[in-house]
Amino acid sequence: MDCEEIISRHETLCQDTDFNYVRQWKAKRQAKVVGFMPVYIPKELVVAAGMLPVGIMGAGDREIIRGDAYFQSYICRIPRSTLELGVKGKLDFLDVFLFPAICDVIRNLSGMWKILFPKVFVKYLDLPQNFGPVGRKFYIGELEGLAADFERLSGKKLTDQSLRSAIELYNENRRVLRDLYNLRAKFPHLVSTYDVYLLLRASNLLEVSEHTQCVSAYIRSAVKRQKPERDHVRVVISGAFCEQPPLALIKALEGSGCYIVDDDWVLGCRYLLSDISLTKQQNPMEALADAYLTDTVSNACRFETSRKGEFLIGQVKDRSAEGVIFAAPSFCDPALLERPMLQDALSAQGVAYTGFKYAENTGQIQVIKEETGTFADSIKLWGSR
Amino acid sequence: MKLENVQKEDSQLIQKKMIADHFNRLSHAKELGKKVVYTFVPGNLNELIWALDMLPVHPEINALQSGMRQLSGGYIIEAEKAGHSEDVCTYVKCDVGMLKQGNIGPTGEKLPAPDLLLLSYTGCFTFMKWFEILQKEYNCPVVMLQVPYQGDGEITAGMRQYVVDQLRDIVIPALEKVAGRKLDSERLHTFLTSSARSEEDLVAVWDSARHHPSPIDAYFGGVYYIGPIFTAFRGLAECEQYYRSLRKEVEYRIQNHQGPTTPEGLFNNQKFRLVVEGPPNWTSFRDLWKMFYGEGAVVVASTYTKVGGLYEYGFRHDPDRPFESMADYCLGCYTNRNIPTRIEMLEKYMSDFEADGFIINSIKSCNSFSAGQLLMLRELEKRTGKPGAFIESDLVDPRYFSAANIKNRLDSYFQMVEARRS
Repeated sequence: MDCEEIISRHETLCQDTDFNYVRQWKAKRQAKVVGFMPVYIPKELVVAAGMLPVGIMGAGDREIIRGDAYFQSYICRIPRSTLELGVKGKLDFLDVFLFPAICDVIRNLSGMWKILFPKVFVKYLDLPQNFGPVGRKFYIGELEGLAADFERLSGKKLTDQSLRSAIELYNENRRVLRDLYNLRAKFPHLVSTYDVYLLLRASNLLEVSEHTQCVSAYIRSAVKRQKPERDHVRVVISGAFCEQPPLALIKALEGSGCYIVDDDWVLGCRYLLSDISLTKQQNPMEALADAYLTDTVSNACRFETSRKGEFLIGQVKDRSAEGVIFAAPSFCDPALLERPMLQDALSAQGVAYTGFKYAENTGQIQVIKEETGTFADSIKLWGSR
Repeated sequence: MKLENVQKEDSQLIQKKMIADHFNRLSHAKELGKKVVYTFVPGNLNELIWALDMLPVHPEINALQSGMRQLSGGYIIEAEKAGHSEDVCTYVKCDVGMLKQGNIGPTGEKLPAPDLLLLSYTGCFTFMKWFEILQKEYNCPVVMLQVPYQGDGEITAGMRQYVVDQLRDIVIPALEKVAGRKLDSERLHTFLTSSARSEEDLVAVWDSARHHPSPIDAYFGGVYYIGPIFTAFRGLAECEQYYRSLRKEVEYRIQNHQGPTTPEGLFNNQKFRLVVEGPPNWTSFRDLWKMFYGEGAVVVASTYTKVGGLYEYGFRHDPDRPFESMADYCLGCYTNRNIPTRIEMLEKYMSDFEADGFIINSIKSCNSFSAGQLLMLRELEKRTGKPGAFIESDLVDPRYFSAANIKNRLDSYFQMVEARRS
């Protein structure tokens, strides 16, 4: 398949709020499906127990009717659109729903789901914020508890070997995603962010090996493309790790004169920075925990003080970016509380930035396009400093 | 009765003096050679701080005090000018704005900068970001105590052990390093013993609302009752004295069939008994209170007054299990409990205190409380058959308090409760 065919399929996948791929997978495999909210869960555990991890990222720009009745106007959109999917029966394939610790809204949504959908096994996954030995001991305990739950629910023993195999599958997946990101940073005119985004979204749905093949096929095809390089500025997107922007907004950002050379959307599939180290002597559960504790992206959901902003500045430098666009969902506490600290860090390094807020169903795209277009023009005219 | 004619009770005078003395100590902390620890109310480790002879500061208390003194609006705008979003917690912005305008505390004296930020990460994600922001502002050490959330409505052994491990291996060493001394376990024992006595008296105060008329208002009055035990004083002798005195005053009211004291005097003519979920609005606190007692509505139980410690189910700080009981305290705070548990708790309040209905004050700033409250409203109405009302305001942002809207809604609600009775 060439890039266009792959992306065409992924557009359908991304916008399919009936989750037909997942339903077919479930019918064929006669196995359980584990939903999860952003940002990160250890998907390796799910796969090792013979289940399918499915990332739920709201309902995009679909109209919301019933979900609004559950949330006040000042709460972000992803919980209401997710509930909309739930109460409409669109998520009735979920056997398990994991809510990782990222903010108070997603945390409380876990309790709401328990009440509204009592047949689903709902679990709040408390990720450690202390990253030393004490946090490690706690997190390993949490993972072991989760593994025991998965064994009970799937009826399948989660062995060292099955976990090792799952880790290897995801190591390979992360490798091709790193390749994809490197390729886009090198040839942003060949690999559009729209394509990259759709490939990432597919990681929420597809079996990991199938997803790896899709990304590999896309890369093989993309390098053969013949497209002119435009006079765009190179930017990093920051703050979009949970609720996702509408696809039209991603297109608009690119159309406004920006090559997006790094970003943080659909971050869960790229949360771990490198392969999980797995020697024969290592306990795979411990290796999974260690990777989370020591080898991840920097993110507003992780407690971080002394090195605030370093990761973002590293992205700017590594990708030869000329500026940063802060794109955060309205009412997103983590991203919006983080932003002033990151802005200060960028200012100290002389990196230009701009910012806007969006929602899944943002319709005022032209305004944002004009803002980012002006930002791009200003960099072209006066440089990034 | 006019405000100036209302006789203050002994407990009120004790509390006023405690607060004045504390802020006076804080303003002279450097001369006194005292180290200052900024920390949060829910999951606070007050006994540890005092046992190491340090002084606690609670930024959210400073923010609410600024709200009550009509200073918060200016502070919030100051923070927004500095790049903080209009969408986020106004406690944080009020604190940042206050800092940028000189860090003058509620008594008009300058607050000292922290020697340590002790982040008790209990029941509120924003706390974490708040101290990241303050760490950059003050460039001082920060230590975190992560308190796992009761996602399944229970405290597991692993959760408790995690908190205990952090206390022993991370938090206490960090406190000792800043204090320049080792923790004196005898001193800690004394403070924890005292805390348990105050907790016992506070529970008796909450329980008194079963009486008709209720001798307390468990929300508007309640925020004063929790003042000492939720903030800098739990574990201290004057805190015990306060709760002994408060309990006696409440017992006196029970014997004499009296209601609580409001800003306009005794409130005996109680027509409606209500349960309230959610924090109060601080910028128009007295106006909001008057909308209740002016219509004869007394609050017999509230959840906000459990955010810094929930004692009515039997938990007490235990000097013989110091770290385990501190862990249980932190884990048990109200907003660290999941939505089903919170609903069960409210349902029990409705029954135990023979409430006519309930009101949810939904706070824009506080997702920890607010996300899920509309489902709580539905579930509570379904389970109790009693009517609920939903009002919206904010903690300390005066732009989000619409008195006319709230009064209209409350008046309609009271009429509905009345109609349902007849």
